[in-house]
Amino acid sequence: MSDESFISIRDVSKHFGAVKAVNNIDISIARGEFFSLLGPSGCGKTTLLRMLAGFETPTTGEIYIDGEPMSATPPHERPVNMVFQNYAIFPHLDVRGNIAYGMRKSGLSKPALDAKVEEMLELIKLPGYGTRGANELSGGERQRVALARALIKQPKVLLLDEPLGALDKKLREEMQLELRALQRSVGITFVFVTHDQEEALTMSDRIAVMSMGRTLQIDAPVPLYENPKRHFVADFIGTMNFFEGSVREVANGATTIDAGPIGAVRAANRERSFDVGSDVLVAIRPEKFTLSAEAPGGEVNVVEGRMGPTAYLGDRSHLYINIPGRDQPVAVAMQNLADSTTMIAPDQPVWLTWSENAIVLLPPEDV
Amino acid sequence: MSSGAGYGTYALSKRRIDGLFVYAVIYLAFVYVPVLFLPLFSFNDSIYIAFPLKGFTFEWYGKMVDSPGLITALTNSLQVASIVAVLATIFGTLAAKAVTRYRIPGRGPIVGFIMIPLVIPGIIMGIALLILSKMAGLSLSLYTIGLGHMLVCVPFSMLVMISRLEGFEKAMEEASMDLGENAWVTFWRITFPLSVPGLIASLLLSFTISFDEFILAFFLAGTDVTLPVYIWSQLRFPSKLPSVLALGACILMASFVLVSFAEWFRRRGT
Repeated sequence: MSDESFISIRDVSKHFGAVKAVNNIDISIARGEFFSLLGPSGCGKTTLLRMLAGFETPTTGEIYIDGEPMSATPPHERPVNMVFQNYAIFPHLDVRGNIAYGMRKSGLSKPALDAKVEEMLELIKLPGYGTRGANELSGGERQRVALARALIKQPKVLLLDEPLGALDKKLREEMQLELRALQRSVGITFVFVTHDQEEALTMSDRIAVMSMGRTLQIDAPVPLYENPKRHFVADFIGTMNFFEGSVREVANGATTIDAGPIGAVRAANRERSFDVGSDVLVAIRPEKFTLSAEAPGGEVNVVEGRMGPTAYLGDRSHLYINIPGRDQPVAVAMQNLADSTTMIAPDQPVWLTWSENAIVLLPPEDV
Repeated sequence: MSSGAGYGTYALSKRRIDGLFVYAVIYLAFVYVPVLFLPLFSFNDSIYIAFPLKGFTFEWYGKMVDSPGLITALTNSLQVASIVAVLATIFGTLAAKAVTRYRIPGRGPIVGFIMIPLVIPGIIMGIALLILSKMAGLSLSLYTIGLGHMLVCVPFSMLVMISRLEGFEKAMEEASMDLGENAWVTFWRITFPLSVPGLIASLLLSFTISFDEFILAFFLAGTDVTLPVYIWSQLRFPSKLPSVLALGACILMASFVLVSFAEWFRRRGT
């Protein structure tokens, strides 16, 4: 019974001397999926991508693409193409020369190849750029030429190594949506490497969060953000508030925790359960809090504090609430709605409340 | 178009006669005036290199062409330098590629080892190679000179190509392979075209080094000598000297043309 997955990374490791850049990784990627490898610098994501491309050989384990093992296949024979971090556009060729570079052995006649190049130029929204020199292109244009150069070969898999890193914010956001739409229309499996978690959340079908050569969690963006399984993942994706506590009571629907400075916390039960008396980490996203200037009443999921510094971001604000007994302020994010209550002045008392469903409980490990 | 007064921009068209300018003039004079004596006295109608100038003549140029020993030595030098330039560039490029593209254990010591001929005094190298040739049963000839020159030119070529290849995106070769071309085709379509300026620099450098080289050529020469050795041997004959100057002036002219061309080519490529 063959493996369902299109790309199968089985127990792959890569050692550089004593350094384990990639450490027993298992990943299955489905056909047509937009799959991201997300993690901080040095986590092994680029090394893993290069092993998919064939530029590094795994020390142990095997990589299968469309059912075929790849360890004996050199890069130029793999059904895989890559967009490099700095694009690697050939400076001595023009745009047409770059895009058509990999088609030398395709057997196409010159007019047929020219037509294909024009088709690609249309796709990347640079029509008529064929005769432009490589040195005349802007950053965004080079990125698109690098993309066209890879896509014209119709690979089974497209690998992208942080391709948007060199672009300015607006262009990057634009390209994120364009790449996503392109991937959907072309249907090619994308494996995308990035250290920018917002980018990964925007574009991916699924994300593998990596740290120190291992995958910590592989999930779709929403479950990854709303239900992280480990402290690192919870912290790396977006912003997260952590509170240490111990379990007081476990009931049918909810677990109650004594969480020190923020008082009693009742969390709706998820897959993982915790024993009474065990230590646990309470994690709450900044946007899950409700702010009020008066005491809302209630004994769980409420805490009083004082307003600290605020950051105004136009459409939303980041507020920091100081809680007695806690060094770090609690980060709160609020939309700036037209009819929102008047701003609470710094140092004024303020109450935070949150719902049972807004809480993630994590084991207090590997901080 | 001149710049405004006051401190600030030095527009190229307005040169201030200050200490730096005077220093530059003196420096250039110091470097080039002695060399310019060569053409000067090659047209001088006297076998003595002294002022005042006696008169203008092409006699020495005629004598130069007529002097078989001189022409033979020149041909020998050109042959040796050309072959050494090509071979040293090939070996230097291969070595540079190995050093920059692959993780070889002991890479540092290997590079250092290749560089050693540059720091060993020429005389020591010459004597050592002479002894080695005798022991190996090699008779001295232009080939032994060529081998000696290879030892000195390969490190230079390797240095030039290392700096050229390191500034060159490794990603481009990987991109080429990723797009379906194997290592050989990648070299031909990507690495080679982009390396041409470096290759030309290496060829010119190796050629010049070999052409000018005296010490090794002196120790390792058999019956055929290279030009520097020949000139040295003729210095005891004052009447032969002016035609040597004529040759020197010709070489100067040729170098000037060659370097100007290389510089024009280099600028055209950027």
